[in-house]
Amino acid sequence: MRLRRKRAEPMAVDDDVTGDLWPGMPAEPSGGDPVPVVLLHQAGRTFPGPPPVEALKPTDLVIERGEYLAIVGPSGSGKSTLLHLLGLLDSPTTGSYHLDGIDTVTLTEPERAGVRAARIGFVFQAFHLLSYRSIVENVMLADLYRPGARERRRDRAVEALVSVGLGHRLEATPATLSGGERQRVAVARALVSDPSLLLADEPTGNLDTATGEQILALFDELHGRGLTLAVITHDDSVASRAERVVGLRDGQVTEDRRVGSGVR
Amino acid sequence: MSAERSRLSVRDLLSETAVALTARPARTVLTALGTILGVGALVTTLGLAKTAGNQIVSRFNELEATEVVVSPQSTGFGDSSRSLNVIPWDAEARIERLNGVVSAGTVSDVDVGDKLARSVPVVDPQGQTEFQIPVVAASPGLFEAVRASLFTGRFFDQGHEDRADPVAVLGPAAAQRLNVTRVDNLPVIFVGDEALAVVGILGDTARRPDLLGAIIVPNQVARDRFNLAGVESVEVDVAIGAAELIGAQAPTALAPNAPEQLRVAVPPSPRRVRSDVQDDVNALFLALGGVSLLVGAIGIANVTLVSVLERTGEIGLRRALGATRRHIALQFLTESVALGALAGVIGTSLGVLAVVVVSATREWSPVLDSWLPFAAPVLGAAIGLVAGTYPAWKASSTEPIAALRGVA
Repeated sequence: MRLRRKRAEPMAVDDDVTGDLWPGMPAEPSGGDPVPVVLLHQAGRTFPGPPPVEALKPTDLVIERGEYLAIVGPSGSGKSTLLHLLGLLDSPTTGSYHLDGIDTVTLTEPERAGVRAARIGFVFQAFHLLSYRSIVENVMLADLYRPGARERRRDRAVEALVSVGLGHRLEATPATLSGGERQRVAVARALVSDPSLLLADEPTGNLDTATGEQILALFDELHGRGLTLAVITHDDSVASRAERVVGLRDGQVTEDRRVGSGVR
Repeated sequence: MSAERSRLSVRDLLSETAVALTARPARTVLTALGTILGVGALVTTLGLAKTAGNQIVSRFNELEATEVVVSPQSTGFGDSSRSLNVIPWDAEARIERLNGVVSAGTVSDVDVGDKLARSVPVVDPQGQTEFQIPVVAASPGLFEAVRASLFTGRFFDQGHEDRADPVAVLGPAAAQRLNVTRVDNLPVIFVGDEALAVVGILGDTARRPDLLGAIIVPNQVARDRFNLAGVESVEVDVAIGAAELIGAQAPTALAPNAPEQLRVAVPPSPRRVRSDVQDDVNALFLALGGVSLLVGAIGIANVTLVSVLERTGEIGLRRALGATRRHIALQFLTESVALGALAGVIGTSLGVLAVVVVSATREWSPVLDSWLPFAAPVLGAAIGLVAGTYPAWKASSTEPIAALRGVA
């Protein structure tokens, strides 16, 4: 097992580790060592057999606040498993996973789902918008499973849509939107809960190059505003936009390198 | 920072359900169709059975439920005189003493042999003036007991009976044949050689329609002049609900020494009538309704299952947005229960409508058990619950990332 990273290693990002730049971001105790967003320690996932499959071998991974990370690897490399684990849709069978300092392994399912709702935003390749609802209703869906002010739900959705540049099409249905617009709606939906971590699974996979570029530019902008992003992709041009690339192969981290400084 | 539990408020759950059901209204209706038909068939069946049962009962209530007839037990041939003597001449007085009797009167066919009836004492060779008209002996209470009305004149009373006055009341048909149209000129008719003063002409009777074509005379007149041997039967008009009681008491009151020699005709009890009718109608249609409900449940289960497969993307998304497996199961279950309940409401409405329409064409008054319109939607919801259980479980066990990776 290669342990590429040490927790204390300073980030290339210099100005947003305090994590307060994205409005509404959960306030962490500032000063001292900030709690990393993701802290995987010897986390592995084995699916019971027969024969048992070790989809992810015990792995250490730290994602600091404000990092822009790309996870790359061929199919079967354990990307999905890692996405499951990072997104709290699954629990590691070994090791631990702290998200925002919360030990997620000991949580019950409702608690894990609650953390997922509050702290993780998902963006998918296939957008996953509900076709029979307006885009503002689609974005409002993100608040459905979170306790909180129902009255503000619509306002928050509108805010998020405005922030991705779709404030003028609130009542449109997804069918009338272009692919790029749909993915921006999905990003808005992911942002509405002010997540600690934005998980994007092949976000440009269904888009042409130009539209994909718009989404990547949006990601750059979000990164610039201090959001922590983890993008799972097999597309090198997507991966190259990140600050850091983690390569997976056969359930192991095979590389963890810093690339440039992102488009800042 | 503590971890907050994921939650889904009831209000949100219901509004999600409403949106899901109204998103594809045509599909919702088609899904519910089987259950609509099933519930509708059940409600119609139960409603029509109730309506028809009630209809027959109310007809009995009008006349027959209040009529009790007492007559001597048939003793076979050749023994008529003995059985005729079982009922005493004062039967009317004896019966009217019983609580629950409205009125009573004896009625007996009088054997006048070949005597003919005529209204004039002379024979007119030009036309027929003599007729064979049945003569009936009655006690004064009979007129009330058969609910007779008068066309003109009056009934004879106890005074005529006591004095053996030779009077008669004519049925309208008899009066027409005898050409008697008024009584103020004191018409007299003859039966054989016996002269009878006509005191009244009947308008109609509710019971014993044979009286309409008869010459009715007091018992005493029949005994004196036509040798009436005994009372043939007693007509009793009873209060509603008293028929069974009077039927049980009358033989003892009439013939304390030999009540078993009397035969009592009482109306069938309403309860029995109702259950008979319902049994007949219900069995088949309830079975039909049950089958359509089963088909309806399978329909809901089937379409819900298809929609689970269709909506795997949505399920994955909801899981990613913080829904627990329970929330997903709950959502699909709520949808199918709501669908079932909706089908129940529509089915009940259609069923009630069918009952009303059928009743209107038959000129019945529609009758429905009051619990039925409330129970039927509950039944629909229960069907939705049963039908939705497996799809809901299936939905809740959908693997989120696999669902999300699939084509939405």
